Amino acid sequence: MLRKISLTILMGSALFAAPSLSFAMDKCADGKTMTEGKLTVATGNPAYYPWVHDDAPESGKGFEAAVAYAVAEKMGFAKENVTWVRTTFDEAIQPGVKNFDFNLQQYSITEDREKVVDFSDPYYSAAAAILVRKKTVEGGLKPEMAALKKLKWGIMQATTALPVVTDVIQPESDALFYDDNANVIAAMQADQIDAAIFDLPTALFTAAVLMDDGAVIGQFPADRSENPDQFGMLMAEGSALKTCVNEALSALKAEGSLAKIEAEWLQAATDVPLVK
Amino acid sequence: MNRRAQYEARQKRRALIIASASTVFIVLALVVLVPLAPGWVAVQKSFFSWDIFVRSLPKMLDAFTLNIAIFLWSAPLVAFVGLLIALARSVTAPALFPLRVFGAGFVDIFRGLPVVLVIYLIGFGIPGLGLPRPWNSPYIWGTVALVLTYSAYVAEILRSGIESVHQSQRSAALSLGLSERDVMRYIVLPQAIRRVVPANMNMLIALQKDVALLSFIGPVEVLRQAGIYKSLFANFTPYVVAAVIFLTFTIPATRYADYLMNKQRNERS
Repeated sequence: MLRKISLTILMGSALFAAPSLSFAMDKCADGKTMTEGKLTVATGNPAYYPWVHDDAPESGKGFEAAVAYAVAEKMGFAKENVTWVRTTFDEAIQPGVKNFDFNLQQYSITEDREKVVDFSDPYYSAAAAILVRKKTVEGGLKPEMAALKKLKWGIMQATTALPVVTDVIQPESDALFYDDNANVIAAMQADQIDAAIFDLPTALFTAAVLMDDGAVIGQFPADRSENPDQFGMLMAEGSALKTCVNEALSALKAEGSLAKIEAEWLQAATDVPLVK
Repeated sequence: MNRRAQYEARQKRRALIIASASTVFIVLALVVLVPLAPGWVAVQKSFFSWDIFVRSLPKMLDAFTLNIAIFLWSAPLVAFVGLLIALARSVTAPALFPLRVFGAGFVDIFRGLPVVLVIYLIGFGIPGLGLPRPWNSPYIWGTVALVLTYSAYVAEILRSGIESVHQSQRSAALSLGLSERDVMRYIVLPQAIRRVVPANMNMLIALQKDVALLSFIGPVEVLRQAGIYKSLFANFTPYVVAAVIFLTFTIPATRYADYLMNKQRNERS
């Protein structure tokens, strides 16, 4: 009791110093964020389900929104101290000052990208999945390499689906390229392409919600695509915050909360067969 | 040399010195000062990476052949459709009034719409109606979209050429016994088309660049290839490669067109 009282007096006397004191104590991120005491997180515009629900990351709903808040909390930022901004892929990699502390919108970590920007440790490993129309499945398509080679493929430009198609599947005719999901779907509905590669959660969502007749017919075993797509948080090259973000991520991994977040927001997709 | 000539020679020398000095100064400032900017190293790495330039060039050149192919088959179609529309807008017979309305409507619509929208609408929309392969190809319908848009512009240019031929020439030709059709064919069009060659050269160059917009609906031409490399390397150098490729194509083309036009003008005068 005595101790509590004395502590209260101490706190009271240090009323104004208190907030800054608690900052200075053990926060790795001190002085490393754009705005002191705030964490600025970037996502896509629009941000897609299931990564962010309803294009509203502030709600914390959706896998990436939840991960961002969990990481922020581990780094010592309360929910109200997290600010969201939007960037395109290009804005994230352009030279010059960034307008975010870290940016998460399913950025796959690649060696070449790592030369220009910094990535955190991966927060998600995505399997590459094949999206087609139901009528293609009814036409007898099986997730087997020989059949996949005969398809006309569509690829979203900014994704790492490209190596999966060109190196692993090696289709007989050239793939077509598009800027975003919507265009890939439009081309599929116009019958200009048969199939497209997305990361599994996006493929499942696209098939179930964005298309009337979509189907995910297969996913690639992890060793097929050279490395399973690993999503990392993108930061400016040489960002001082990187170690803090990585510390927070490994803490989340160690205590199992990252897996919990994944289970909560990303549909378990055990029924999608592996490509043979 | 009289005093005036001396004065003029002096003035000329002075102008020359000032021009060279200012040019040297500007070039030096660019070469010396730009690299001094704090972000230059980052900008250089993102836009002018020699390593990425070399790695991306072969496939970019390969992709550019698709641009040239689309351009080569679009340009004659644009010229043909544009001429038809211009003629439709120029008919005077009362019975053919609906043709004039059609021509005006065509120009209003396709000149007023953004090219990208037309490409999306025609490139995804028409095949979406249920055309079988290969008739739903984005190459076909993308070309149709480009041709529709550009022939609207070209039609207006040709029409201005047709209207620039003086009425007295038509009257003279008619009084000599030529039919309306022959007046257009032998008297008006040859002059009209020549007069608008420079304006149409502009359209050709613009068309050549807008071929890249077809990449929105799938084809991998040079700009899409640049975009793919940009995503893979997280680097903008491939766009610089694309710019270099475009320029090596358009600059000689414009110079050649200038040369042709000068030659033609000299022959006529």
